[in-house]
Amino acid sequence: MLKLNLGLYKKLYLIRQAEQKIREHYPEDEMKTPVHLSIGKEAIEAGVCHALKPNDQIFGTYRSHGIYLARTGETDAFFAELYGRQTGLVKGKAGSMHLCAPEHGLMITSAIVASSVPVAVGAAYANKVKGNDAIVVVFFGDGATEEGVFWESINVASLMRLPVLFVCEDNDLAAFTPPKYRRGYACIKKLVSQYNCTVLGLESTDAEDIFKSALDAVESVRSGAGPCFLHLKYYRYLEHVGIQEDFDAGYRTREEFDKWFEKDPVNLQREKLSRLGAGENELLELEAKIDGQIDNSIKLAKQAPFTQIGELYRDVVE
Amino acid sequence: MTTARKISYCQAINEAISQEMERDPCVFIYGIGVPDHKRIFGSTAGLVEKFGLQRCFDTPLSEDAMTGFGLGAAINGLRPIHVHARVDFLMLCMNQLANMISSCRYSSGGKLSVPIVIRAIIGRGWGQTFQHSKTVHSVFAHIPGLKVVMPTTPADAKGLLISAIRDNDPVVFIEHRWLYYAVEEVDEQPYDVPLGKARVLRKGDDVTVVGVSWMNVEALRAADILQSRHNISVEVIDPRTISPLDGEMITKSVEKTGHCIVADNDWLHCGFSAELSATISESCFGKLKSPVKRIGFAFAPCPSARHLEDGFYPNAADIIRAVEAKLGLEPADLTDEDFYSYERKFKGPF
Repeated sequence: MLKLNLGLYKKLYLIRQAEQKIREHYPEDEMKTPVHLSIGKEAIEAGVCHALKPNDQIFGTYRSHGIYLARTGETDAFFAELYGRQTGLVKGKAGSMHLCAPEHGLMITSAIVASSVPVAVGAAYANKVKGNDAIVVVFFGDGATEEGVFWESINVASLMRLPVLFVCEDNDLAAFTPPKYRRGYACIKKLVSQYNCTVLGLESTDAEDIFKSALDAVESVRSGAGPCFLHLKYYRYLEHVGIQEDFDAGYRTREEFDKWFEKDPVNLQREKLSRLGAGENELLELEAKIDGQIDNSIKLAKQAPFTQIGELYRDVVE
Repeated sequence: MTTARKISYCQAINEAISQEMERDPCVFIYGIGVPDHKRIFGSTAGLVEKFGLQRCFDTPLSEDAMTGFGLGAAINGLRPIHVHARVDFLMLCMNQLANMISSCRYSSGGKLSVPIVIRAIIGRGWGQTFQHSKTVHSVFAHIPGLKVVMPTTPADAKGLLISAIRDNDPVVFIEHRWLYYAVEEVDEQPYDVPLGKARVLRKGDDVTVVGVSWMNVEALRAADILQSRHNISVEVIDPRTISPLDGEMITKSVEKTGHCIVADNDWLHCGFSAELSATISESCFGKLKSPVKRIGFAFAPCPSARHLEDGFYPNAADIIRAVEAKLGLEPADLTDEDFYSYERKFKGPF
C-alpha cells in the first residue's frame, strides 16, 4: 500500500503547501483574486481525483484549488493565473474561482452555487452517447443541495441513468450559515436515496479511506449502474473567502477546529506513511521537492508579463 | 441544383432541423413537449420517427437544469437544440445563460466552445397574458457571448437556423408564433444565411422602418398603405440578428431617408429599440431630419382582455400614424383598410 499512500500524500502535501504559500503572499496584494482555500478539504480532493482515469472529467466550484492541483500536479500556470499574468491558465481571465483545464479533464468551475451540477450531467450524457467510457465527477458543497437545480439534476441523471458521480463536500457551512438555519430535513443521503441513484458516504479525513470509497463509486458509475452520490464530510479551517482564521467571528469555535485538527488529513497520511515504513528522509525529500516547485512557480508568475489588453475582447465569441 | 417550393415558416424551421440532424449526427433536439403529439406547434414534426428518442427527446420540467445539460453536452462535442414553447419559460434558464453559457468560451481561454441553439417561441393574442407574451430579446442581447436571432420570413428562418446550428457559439433563436403561417418559396436544399447580416425587405426612399420579427409584417402592411394613401415610399429593414447587429445596413438606409422608426416587438424601456435609436443617433446625427421614433409594447404587463390587448400591441396603424406625424401629413382615414387579425387564422387556445 506504500505506493498508494505516497501518491495520495504527494497530492495532499502539494495542496496544503500551495494554499499556505498563497496565505503567505496574499498580503502583498499582488494576487488580486478572491481565494476560497482548500485547507482542511485535501483528503477529499486527493482521494477522489486519485480514483479517476485520465479521460474522466471533473466539474467544480469556486473552491477548487485542491481539485486542480490533485488532478494536474502543475503549479506554474496555476500561480500565474492567480497573479493575472499572460502565462496563467486562462491568461488571468478566470482567476481563482474559475480554474479550467479541459486538457486535464477539469472542465468548468463555477462561483454560483450548484450551477456546474447540471452541466456535469449534460457532459455525462454526451459521454454516454459517444460510448467513450469516461465518467464525470462534479464536486459541490452541502449548500448546493439546497438549490433547486441540484434536485433537477439528480432527477435527470437518475432518469437517464447517466455516468456521473456527485461528490458532496459537506463542511456544515454555507459561507457562515450552519445547517440549523438551512435544512428542513435530517439527512441529505436519505433524500437522494429516493432517486434511482446509488448513495455512498463516509466521514473520514484519511485520503486512503476516501480513495477507496471513491473507487467503489467510480466503478459503479463506470459499470453503467447510473449515477452515484458520494457524501463526504470535512472541516473548513479558514474563513469562507480569504486567508484568515475566523474562530473569533462567533459562528464556530476553536475547540471544534482542535478536534478536527487531531486528524488533520496531511498529518494523518504522513504518520500513516511512517508506520508503513516510509523513511523520514524520503518524506523530507519529497516535501522539499514540492516546496521547491511551488516557490519556483511563484517566482515565475511574479516575473511574467501582465496579460495584454488586447486579450480583453478575445474569446467572447469565436 | 436548387428546388424551391412554397412552404410555411414552421415547415422551414422543421426542414432546417431535419436536414442538419441528417448531416451531423452530433445534432440533437430536446425540450418539454418536443416529441409529444403537438410537436411544438408542428415545428418538430417527424423528427422522433426519423432520428429516434436518443436524438429527439422530452425532458422533466426542469428548464434550468436542462439548459446546463445542453452546455455540458455542447462542450463535449454535441450540438444541442433546446426548445421552449414560450420565451417566458426561458426566464427559468437565465442563470445558466447569463452565468455559465455566455462566459464559457471566455472563461476557458477559448478552449471550450458552446454550439447550442436555444429556440424560444414568442407570440401575441388570444388572452395569453403576462407570462405567455414576452419577447425580451434585448435581455439576451445585452449579454456578451450570446447571439440572438429573430427571423421574419420562412426562407430566412431556414437559412438562419442552419447557420445557428452550425455556429460554434450559443444562439438564442426567437420565432414568432404568428409567423408560423407565413408561406413563401424556400429552397429545398440546405443553405445558410449568415448571422449578423440585416436584410432590406422593401426598398424605399422617404422613411426607414426597422422592424423586429412580427413587426416587419405590420411594417410591410403600413408601407403598402402609406404608398397608396400618401405616395410615401418606406424602406423596411429586418435586422434578422439582434446580436451581433448589422448597424451598417441600417445606417446606410437612414442616411438616405433621414427618418427612422424602430418598430420593436417588445417594451421600449431599456430595450432593443433604445439601443438601435442610440446607434442611429450616433452614426447618422447630422443626416437625421427628425428624431428616431420608437414603437413597441405598452409599458405594462400584457393583459388578457382583447380590447386591452389591442392597446398593448403595436400594429401597422401605429406605424402609419408615426410616419404621418414625422412627415407632417394629414392622418389618412384607415376605416376601410384591412389590418391583420389572428381570428382569421385560428381559434384559440394555442
